[in-house]
Amino acid sequence: MEIRVNPTRMELNRLKKRLNMAGRGHKLLKDKRDELVRQFLILVRQNRELRERVEKELSAAFASFMLARAGMPIEALEEALMYPTRRLELQVSKKNIMSVYTPQFQWEEQKKGEEGNIYPYGYVDTSAELDMAIETLAGIMDQLLELAEKEKAVQLLADEIEKTRRRVNALEHVMIPRMEETIRYITMKLEENERGALTRLMKIKDVVRAKV
Amino acid sequence: MPTSKIAVVGDRDSILGFKTLGVATFPAADAERALQIFRQLVAENYGVIFVTEDLARDLQEPIAELNRRFLPAVIPIPSSRGALGIGMEAIRKNLEKAIGADIFSRKEG
Repeated sequence: MEIRVNPTRMELNRLKKRLNMAGRGHKLLKDKRDELVRQFLILVRQNRELRERVEKELSAAFASFMLARAGMPIEALEEALMYPTRRLELQVSKKNIMSVYTPQFQWEEQKKGEEGNIYPYGYVDTSAELDMAIETLAGIMDQLLELAEKEKAVQLLADEIEKTRRRVNALEHVMIPRMEETIRYITMKLEENERGALTRLMKIKDVVRAKV
Repeated sequence: MPTSKIAVVGDRDSILGFKTLGVATFPAADAERALQIFRQLVAENYGVIFVTEDLARDLQEPIAELNRRFLPAVIPIPSSRGALGIGMEAIRKNLEKAIGADIFSRKEG
């Protein structure tokens, strides 16, 4: 389908300029898409590996928590864990991946109390299983935050790639062919007009000559 | 650099341990409660929200909505009852969205 326009020379020039622009845009967007996909694939691979590892370790940590829970009444357990000794502070900065902004996390633990002991309780009425469970969990936290960072980046990149791909396709399969067709239409129409004018002139010349 | 906070949302057993690490924990027994907590967390500018897969399964719509934003990062984690594979599924979906096919699926067999 072509765009409905007046078949004039001005319109033809305008269309040619637009087609040129669309071609350039298409090439740029395609480059952008390719690079996004490359970055995305690297990230997604890391994301998968990280998630596999984290899920495994987290399950192990939960298992030891279950053990700890079985060893003492739930009230005592909750009481023991009520007042954490540390606070995790999260700092967010932006990272620009091909003009997609993804969050970068930095975290630091703020320790309260003496020597930043990770156990918020005394050793008297808690079990050793609980100590172990908390230690495992503390070891996973870093990886969990790394996972959060990677996974978020993957999500945002996937959205952007989808958008870019749509644009590339729209340009390639709709906009550019449509413009080309319209340009062809106008060129043909103009040539037709020219031929018409020429034949008319010749005809007039004949008539004039016949009269003289 | 703006500071932000970390939250863990899930059933009591799953979130128990996170509290000791200095992370804000929010017990939620069902998806409805979790959704309320989510709204609150977003309003309070939390940067990372870990949510157990049991809850994430029933909250796919709101999570997808949050995933399009810069923050927060909503990350499904297995609960104390084990992994459901929702996190992996999400990665696979992202891959399909971006590439058009799941190019890693062969690995899983």
